[in-house]
Amino acid sequence: MISVSDDPDKENVSVKIEEYYDVVVIGAGHAGCEAALAAARLGMNTLLFTVSVDSIALMPCNPNIGGTSKGHLVREIDTLGGEMAKNIDKTFTQSKMLNQSKGPAVHSLRAQADKQEYSREMRKTLENTEHLWIKQAEVAEIVEKEGRLTAVRTCSGAEYHCKAAILCSGTYLKARCVYGDVSQYTGPNGLQPANHLSASLLSHGIELMRFKTGTPARVDGRTVDTSKMEEQKGDENIIPFSFTTDSEAIQKEQISCWLTYTNEETHRIIRDNLDRSPLYSGEIQGTGPRYCPSIEDKVVRFADKKRHQLFIEPEGNYTHEMYIGGMSSSLPEDVQYAMIHTVPGLEQAQIVRNAYAIEYDCINPNQLDASLEFKNISGFFSAGQSNGSSGYEEAAAQGLIAGINAVRKIRGQEPLILDRSQAYIGVLIDDLVTKENHEPYRMMTSRAEYRLLLRQDNADLRLTEIGYEVGLISRDRVDYVRNKEKQIEQEKNRLEKATVGGTDKIQDFLARHQSTPLKSGVTLSELLKRPELDYWKLAEIDEARPEYPYEVCEQVNIWIKYEGYIDRQKRQVTQFKKMENKKIPVDLDYEKVNSLRLEAVQKLNQIRPLSIGQASRISGVSPADISVLLVYLEQRNRMKGGAENE
Amino acid sequence: MKTDTIAAIASGLTHAGIGIIRISGPEAIAVADRVVHIKGKKLQDVSTHTVNYGFVYDGENKLDEAIILVMRAPHSFTAEDTVEIQCHGGPWVMKCILESVVHHGARLAEPGEFTRRAFLNGRIDLSQAEAVMGMIQAQNDYARDASLKQLQGNISRKIRELREQLLHEMAYIEAALDDPEHISLEGYTEKIDEKLDNLLIQIQELIRTAENGKILTEGIRTVILGRPNAGKSSLLNRLLGEERAIVTDIAGTTRDTLEERIQLGGFTLRLIDTAGIHSTENPIEKIGVERAREQARQADLLLYVVDSSQKLEKSDQEILELLQGRRSLILLNKMDLPSVIEKEDLEKRTGQPVLSLSAREGTGIDELKTAIENLFDLGEIGKNQQVTITNMRHKEALEEAENSLLLVKQSVEAGMPEDLYTIDLMNAYESLGRIVGEAVEDDLVDKIFREFCMGK
Repeated sequence: MISVSDDPDKENVSVKIEEYYDVVVIGAGHAGCEAALAAARLGMNTLLFTVSVDSIALMPCNPNIGGTSKGHLVREIDTLGGEMAKNIDKTFTQSKMLNQSKGPAVHSLRAQADKQEYSREMRKTLENTEHLWIKQAEVAEIVEKEGRLTAVRTCSGAEYHCKAAILCSGTYLKARCVYGDVSQYTGPNGLQPANHLSASLLSHGIELMRFKTGTPARVDGRTVDTSKMEEQKGDENIIPFSFTTDSEAIQKEQISCWLTYTNEETHRIIRDNLDRSPLYSGEIQGTGPRYCPSIEDKVVRFADKKRHQLFIEPEGNYTHEMYIGGMSSSLPEDVQYAMIHTVPGLEQAQIVRNAYAIEYDCINPNQLDASLEFKNISGFFSAGQSNGSSGYEEAAAQGLIAGINAVRKIRGQEPLILDRSQAYIGVLIDDLVTKENHEPYRMMTSRAEYRLLLRQDNADLRLTEIGYEVGLISRDRVDYVRNKEKQIEQEKNRLEKATVGGTDKIQDFLARHQSTPLKSGVTLSELLKRPELDYWKLAEIDEARPEYPYEVCEQVNIWIKYEGYIDRQKRQVTQFKKMENKKIPVDLDYEKVNSLRLEAVQKLNQIRPLSIGQASRISGVSPADISVLLVYLEQRNRMKGGAENE
Repeated sequence: MKTDTIAAIASGLTHAGIGIIRISGPEAIAVADRVVHIKGKKLQDVSTHTVNYGFVYDGENKLDEAIILVMRAPHSFTAEDTVEIQCHGGPWVMKCILESVVHHGARLAEPGEFTRRAFLNGRIDLSQAEAVMGMIQAQNDYARDASLKQLQGNISRKIRELREQLLHEMAYIEAALDDPEHISLEGYTEKIDEKLDNLLIQIQELIRTAENGKILTEGIRTVILGRPNAGKSSLLNRLLGEERAIVTDIAGTTRDTLEERIQLGGFTLRLIDTAGIHSTENPIEKIGVERAREQARQADLLLYVVDSSQKLEKSDQEILELLQGRRSLILLNKMDLPSVIEKEDLEKRTGQPVLSLSAREGTGIDELKTAIENLFDLGEIGKNQQVTITNMRHKEALEEAENSLLLVKQSVEAGMPEDLYTIDLMNAYESLGRIVGEAVEDDLVDKIFREFCMGK
């Protein structure tokens, strides 16, 4: 596949590397790894670029995977055939199911990662995947012919022809790291930035934005006094991220995190030095994430809070380095030292790396279709932080979808688009391509309207079938999930029919669980609905119960307990689908639609929504505009119908 | 943004003093300039909201003399450039002028299209658009007043206020789920329970106005009961004589039922089965208690006429029992004759308000009016109520919202986790949004405007 092209007209020809691939992935972070793996596993000859082979799947910020709503993403990635869940199952140091006191929709898995192990394991997986090749080089240019992406060029001029390319440049485009008045043009962790690609993207008409994010300092664990902190242990029973990981096999000794707090002295130091923060002095122009604020932002925004939580998290088994979660900052070095040393347990802390803010170029994701392909450049996809999102999980989710869709594009298949009622991934991508993003986009449970249906516990039931159709899930796996579904259905039906009466045994059972005694016979499913009872407690009075795996029992329990809510949420989805199914013709000329406000015309022309539902979510398009569109489409349909009848 | 220009006869195609042809759209003034000749000027040069005198032409053919009003966007009903030609109010003249306007570049408007444009241009919301129709259809003061308040946005404001409160609660729960460190749900269940009660009271109050509102705008379905010769017929005639507005005989739903409408003060009485009253050959034995029961079921108001000069009989007793728990009045008629029934005694025995009157002499009729107003909270509340729901669609949406909030209360009582509250809170929010058109429903807009009349 390697050829050397030379110019016959010249003597002393300069030789240029020229190679041919199916898919090229630019960047080997969390998005890039998933994209490259998906493409290669689907049989495409895939080339994965990185500025440093030693930094594949790097975690330059928090040392964990998952958390509220992000945990959902990881499980969805798993059920569609992605790698993140399996990789963290191999490399975690602590695991915890969050929000257990709340409803099942917001339970969320989070695992602390051994960062280096995580990176190494991912590299191993990549290197052992057929059709997948890794190359250390900076991609400087994209090559486009007649609206179609045909190749990428590196800084050295080497040209890699491809049928599709995926931009996964993370925070590397023209990256600049800042703290105080120190400013360096480097990528995260002092890595080499990608300084050339931005100009090429711009020259191809791609609109760029400048975003910023930040990371806290790391301290040497040997100088941290954990006796002044609250220990945060992992769960006793470790639940794996991947549905295919054997949970028995991953039970292990976990390492602890530590909770401590800032105090008024910390806040005073921060307030006194706000004028030296590059964010407040205007030195940093990029927009930061509101949902992951720096400590100086928190002190300003929650002025009445006397303290903020700080989580001291180990970066891995290989090192003493610890991450100060909750204290990202871009204050000058001396202020960072001072404020860290006010924190109980960190008085003597030796600082290994300073906190910094990072500013970078990303594309405006409104330029993408929901398939993550650029509307104006066929065959060019984009995923991850280069789309203006934030977080490893958000990146990986997009990478997987972009990888799948690049392949589907090459094969002439319809793209895989998940909607908001199917997956958090659907919500994430719909939000990115539809809404206006002024800051790094972070996944949150509040963004998912139908979250009771999109639980982390049922991701396999929701998506395995799709993963199988796509080709990333094996036949065995999908059969397993189909069987699980059948068992859930059987057990639910059985409980709906099985009745118990007010016998002594039953009344005694109820009394022991502080549950009202029975006056007449009820079904077990009715009993299960009582807040003080659940599927497992009922075992005692459920004599005919067949033996099912835990995961089946869990679904039966949730399904029956929250049946009313699930039904109502499903009705909401029906309503939602109605609007999603009202398709807008791709060729619709919004200029011709009567009464649409100018702002709406501009926005609709830019986004070109596929449905009335998507149109209604565009910022700047009002309910009145939607009514206008509905009336217009209705009349257009009627006119068409009339013409056909004539 | 491309919008065409529409025209229609706005004043109705009947003989009248003045007829109005309304033109709306970006070309409205240009079209009008092609059909109207004003001495020394063009409409395109006149200021907005001016009255101009001139003649209307169709080409060379002079059609009528007219007053022409110019209203420039956005200060018009549709928020577009609008011209109104006031001509002589003959159907033929109006038709000729409209044709000329259409010849010269306007399109004939669809029913409700002016109002629809006002809505689509964002000048009014959905409930206000519906109020325009309510205004046109208003048959009495009560309905007119309710529609006017709705048009002025009283309902919209109230609904938005309720939605705002719901949104606040949802946002709080979501924020607490996303940022538990800074926003706590501790003690929240008590707080939201209180807020839910408060919201429910407001929504139920609105629903209550809807029950009266519908009766009052459409007319109070009234049945006059009584033994033969108790004076039903003379009461009916007296009421008919009192009314100042039009009496219409509307063929009823069944062939033998006649409905007569009587305007009394601000409200309308729809008298059911007056045929039975007019027929003198209709002794109570024949009507029977069964029949009375059937009629009572259909009625909003029962008037039981008793001859005060005769002792009550067993059949009276049975009918009087029917009145229990219904909005009803006992009318002690023939008070001009010596009475054998004590008003206070009857009141005590039946627990119903009793009025003395003489249908023949016309005494006590004003008291009857007041008594009806009181029965329907019309006097005080009707006049002062800022928001009255008269639209069934609104009432249904409110009831849905009420049900959803009751479900949230159930969740609170059952100790369900807070993140489940939002499903029903969102349903309530959406239901209310449909009233003002802020929650979009696929075919709603078209449905509403299709009910409109031409030219509005």
